[in-house]
Amino acid sequence: MVETGEVVFAVTGLSKVYDMGEIQVRALSGVDLTLSAGELIVLLGPSGSGKSTLLNILGGLDHPSAGYFSYRGRDLTTATDRELTDFRRYHVGFVFQFYNLIPSLTARENVAAVTEIAKQPMTPEEALALVGLEERLDHFPAQLSGGEQQRVAIARAIAKNPAVLLCDEPTGSLDSKTGSVVLAVLEKINQELGTTTVLITHNVVIAAMADRVIKLADGRVVGIERSIERLAARDLKW
Amino acid sequence: MRALDHKRWRDFWKMRGQVLAIGLVIAAGIAIYVMSLSTLDSLTFTRQTYYRDYRFADIFVSLKRAPLSLKERLQSIPGVAQLRTRVVAAANLTVSGFNEPISGHLISSPSTGTASLNSLYLRQGRLVDPDRDDEVVICEAFAMAHAFTLGDTLAATINGRRKTLRIVGVALSPEFVYQLQSGSLFPDFKRYGILWMGRKALATAYDMDGAFNDLLVKLATGARPEEVIERLDQLLEPYGGLGAYGRKEQVSHRYLSEEFRQLEQMATIYPTIFLGVAAFLLQVVISRLITTEREQVAILKAFGYYDRAIALHYLKLVLMIVAVGVGAGLVAGYWLGRNMSELYMDYYRFPFLIYFLHPRIVLFAVGVSLAAAGLGAGGALRRVIKLAPAVAMRPEPPATYRPSWPERLGLKTFFSQPTRMIIRHLGRRPFKAILSVVGIALACAILMVGSIFQDAIDYIVEVQFGLAQREDLTVTFVEPSAYRALLSLQRLPGVDHGEPFRAVPVRLRFRQRHYLTAIVGMPEENVLHRLLDEDLKPLVPPEAGIVLTDQLGHILKVKPGERLTVEVLEGKRPHRQVTVAALTKEFIGVSAYMDLASLNRLMREDNLISGAYLAVDEPHLTSIYSALNEMPRVAGTVARRHAITSFYETMAEQMLVFTLFVIFFAGVIAFGVVYNSARITLSERARELASLRILGFRRFEIAYILLGELAILTLVAIPLGFLLGYGLCAYIIYYLQTDLYRIPLMVEPGTYAFAATVIILATVLSAGLVGWRVHRLDLIAVLKTRE
Repeated sequence: MVETGEVVFAVTGLSKVYDMGEIQVRALSGVDLTLSAGELIVLLGPSGSGKSTLLNILGGLDHPSAGYFSYRGRDLTTATDRELTDFRRYHVGFVFQFYNLIPSLTARENVAAVTEIAKQPMTPEEALALVGLEERLDHFPAQLSGGEQQRVAIARAIAKNPAVLLCDEPTGSLDSKTGSVVLAVLEKINQELGTTTVLITHNVVIAAMADRVIKLADGRVVGIERSIERLAARDLKW
Repeated sequence: MRALDHKRWRDFWKMRGQVLAIGLVIAAGIAIYVMSLSTLDSLTFTRQTYYRDYRFADIFVSLKRAPLSLKERLQSIPGVAQLRTRVVAAANLTVSGFNEPISGHLISSPSTGTASLNSLYLRQGRLVDPDRDDEVVICEAFAMAHAFTLGDTLAATINGRRKTLRIVGVALSPEFVYQLQSGSLFPDFKRYGILWMGRKALATAYDMDGAFNDLLVKLATGARPEEVIERLDQLLEPYGGLGAYGRKEQVSHRYLSEEFRQLEQMATIYPTIFLGVAAFLLQVVISRLITTEREQVAILKAFGYYDRAIALHYLKLVLMIVAVGVGAGLVAGYWLGRNMSELYMDYYRFPFLIYFLHPRIVLFAVGVSLAAAGLGAGGALRRVIKLAPAVAMRPEPPATYRPSWPERLGLKTFFSQPTRMIIRHLGRRPFKAILSVVGIALACAILMVGSIFQDAIDYIVEVQFGLAQREDLTVTFVEPSAYRALLSLQRLPGVDHGEPFRAVPVRLRFRQRHYLTAIVGMPEENVLHRLLDEDLKPLVPPEAGIVLTDQLGHILKVKPGERLTVEVLEGKRPHRQVTVAALTKEFIGVSAYMDLASLNRLMREDNLISGAYLAVDEPHLTSIYSALNEMPRVAGTVARRHAITSFYETMAEQMLVFTLFVIFFAGVIAFGVVYNSARITLSERARELASLRILGFRRFEIAYILLGELAILTLVAIPLGFLLGYGLCAYIIYYLQTDLYRIPLMVEPGTYAFAATVIILATVLSAGLVGWRVHRLDLIAVLKTRE
């Protein structure tokens, strides 16, 4: 469990340029941020604002082109691939917009794929129970609805008891009702396990459940708002 | 079981179609390799064991007649460990119910105990009783050809006297593993038999009492065969010695060695090609397979799986695919090798077969497959793992396409949108397209190689029997006879035409090289039996000089215009210098030819002939055969029709069966290449094609985009395959040349057509299978997931 207030991520002057075939895309330019332990943060911005890029870099999935960022005081800018892999393996859980389940594995096995390599994981059954899928353990991704698939993805992300949960548009492919179920699960994890949670969305309504909302546009931070009062996920409507 | 193991097994099952196609290719390569090498190993070991256990001699000599008292002097030659004298005689055999002439080769059995050298392997019955003169042991092949059982009788005309012989045993001998009548080219078990008779009985019948005309020698360890041969020749010269020779020149051993050498070539060349192609394909297919797993690799990396664990996961998957192929290939190869060896047993007369599969063969097969798979998987894995997970998870950036060169040349308006897509897709990754083309071309090349023997055999028969040896019968006399003997043959009813020939055993010597053969003398006006020059035009032996077959010229390294020494091995045994007048083209055998009159002049003899070539009326054949059988002068008769049949049978059995395997496996490889190409293209482009379907393209239009590419690749590959195939044929033919026969490089149009047809069929079949998948393309599913 992480103590509230401790700085988890410190980001200074972070930039990222992509080579997209024949053109170059500047996804981030000079981002400065700190994220604290136990916070639920929403990254808000239109598509192409650099949200996913920032999240990927924080999660050790990608290298920045310039700038500096650290995790609990440890510099990750210059980390080797091996160090980044260990970082992901032991500290980070990911949830993607398109779930990215392994189609040839059942719900239970998809979670097991992660618990097998973690240090102090829950059992896949516990993780799936946390997201309300204890009845669907042996279903393959193709046999699950979108919302269920996303909950499997969340179970898979939290099963290792990560310090940080990074969610890229977790409700992006879901309808409003299913979406709020998924958000409620994330909220529960954040509150019960104290997991620092970063949630990307371009849906303003969702921002209401955050401790802090960080707004991005054109690869820059254009505003940070601290919520006075968090709304419960189940009360969100869009 | 670990989650990744589940994933692997399920992925494996999901791609079972492709696994099967890849597995088949590997299995084909390995099966051919195991079959060829295990057959060769087994036959070589069987021969070695047989020779050792049945004491096959090292040196052989035939002579006219020498007293048994000479034995002691021969025995004292340094280097001689053991020797056995024998009486050997030619005979005409008559079997009731079989009207054609049969030549018999009679060999004396020792009067006591078993033979010290070249002893018999008794298959049935017993050895002859030395005290009886009407018993005989016959060779197994002859017994089988006529379905003889113990107690049956047959008649033999020895030295003009007819004798009835009773069969008491059926046997095999290490000196007749390859059983060939002297002067004929291929075995004919029905018309040539080997018989073992009591020494006393045979000597009496053949006027060899107290004498011998054949000698076998076992060398002492470390003895130099050339020295022993030289001493033997000196000692036996006064007794009409025909020249001692070692195993290397013993007919059976030599044919066997040549065939083993050919088998070895085939066992090296074919498997190398097959295994090479299989390895190449495996490498390409595995590499592309892993590339399509890009996204899954990214997910695993995002979870924190180490590169090594991911690599291991995919390597295990590859290993499973390879295991399917290797396992099937080893089983099939073992089974085929066993059958192949047994097929050879029908043909070579070994008493037993020791079939075994040496572990080194298995290890090598497994090693090559693993190396190829590892190479293919390694490169692709490195590329996939190198990608940062975030990059790998994003859809690949739109590929960079350019207008293709035909479009840039202004032909754009001629192409429909789908055609442009095909051309641009090929143009974007030319290397990948080239790999596919090379794979298909290799399969096409192998298919061509499969047919070269058939083409060559047809050509040899056409030339050898259609243009050169056009006689119906070849009659040989017991001894060189006066010219008038020909007249008695020509007078037989049904004989249309007769031409004489004279055959003289000689040793030809040029510089330090020498060769034991016969000079055949022919009159210049021959129309039946003719020599051919390089352009297949009839070649008349000049009045002076000698004509050699090109192969003999090659062995002696002598060119027209040079003089060589002829050492005659019969009669007055003169040594003469003769100029090489020309070389003649023959595919089979190694002979020398001269004008009949000049040959007799060289021998300082009158007009003698050894036999005749006859053209006869088919309806009279039976009466001609019985008339010939009554002539004491006639030692043997060979019918051309039988020569051709036995030629076909021989070649058919030993090479065509092998060829059938090769064609079958080449077909499998062709299908494997084409199917894998199409299948991978489909998985790479499924999303694009599904999008087009959603935009309103019909199924056949989608299929056109996918299969049109396949069609172009195939059409480009076929001509390239022809080129590769021709080169491969030339290479193989070059390595299969032997002293005994030369195989011409003939690639008939039918061979090209056959190879192309199989490739096109494989393409159509693959297209059908892939087209069926296009038909079932799940549009929604494809669009829902990012790929």
